[in-house]
Amino acid sequence: MSIVYTAALALLGAAFLMTGARLVRGPSTFDRIMALDVLAVLLVSGIAVHTAVVEETANATILVVIALMGFVGSVSAAHLAAARAERRERA
Amino acid sequence: MTAADAVTAVLLLAGAGFCAVGALGMLRFPDLLSRLHAATKPQTIGLLLVLAGLAPQADSVASSTPLLLVAVFQLITAPVTAQTIAGAAYRAGVVDPATLTLDETDRAT
Repeated sequence: MSIVYTAALALLGAAFLMTGARLVRGPSTFDRIMALDVLAVLLVSGIAVHTAVVEETANATILVVIALMGFVGSVSAAHLAAARAERRERA
Repeated sequence: MTAADAVTAVLLLAGAGFCAVGALGMLRFPDLLSRLHAATKPQTIGLLLVLAGLAPQADSVASSTPLLLVAVFQLITAPVTAQTIAGAAYRAGVVDPATLTLDETDRAT
């Protein structure tokens, strides 16, 4: 089983790195917001796998919290970025 | 290796694979909207598969309930997030209209 967990964590780690590359590269603010949202989802997946590795269930609450924070964060960031772009357009 | 372990192994690897493929698409696709597509759908199915893979490992039904909560929540929020980001990007003028096949928004001319 430990091989499976290691492989799953390695795949998630690769996904994390690729998403991080997109976060750094951009090019627009919306790409970065999207990348941050995906990072939150990947974090949830990673913690979920880790929960199975250490055979502990208390972590499940953390998953809900991170998923919620990621959602609220990216939606409000998208609204703010759009408002800023529109203000710049009018100016 | 029990049957539950086998189910977990298959689902976990499939889920993590979907996450990795989605991230690869996010890195490689040429424009914002296609990257948004790669960011939403494979990530959602990946997370769902990972959570489904963990469920057989739980001691009781009660301890796997939060996993179900996360899954339902992800299914509800992922489209909302993608829609919000895409709409905001469109209004901000980041989306190139030439890449759209059909544009039914008010601003279409």
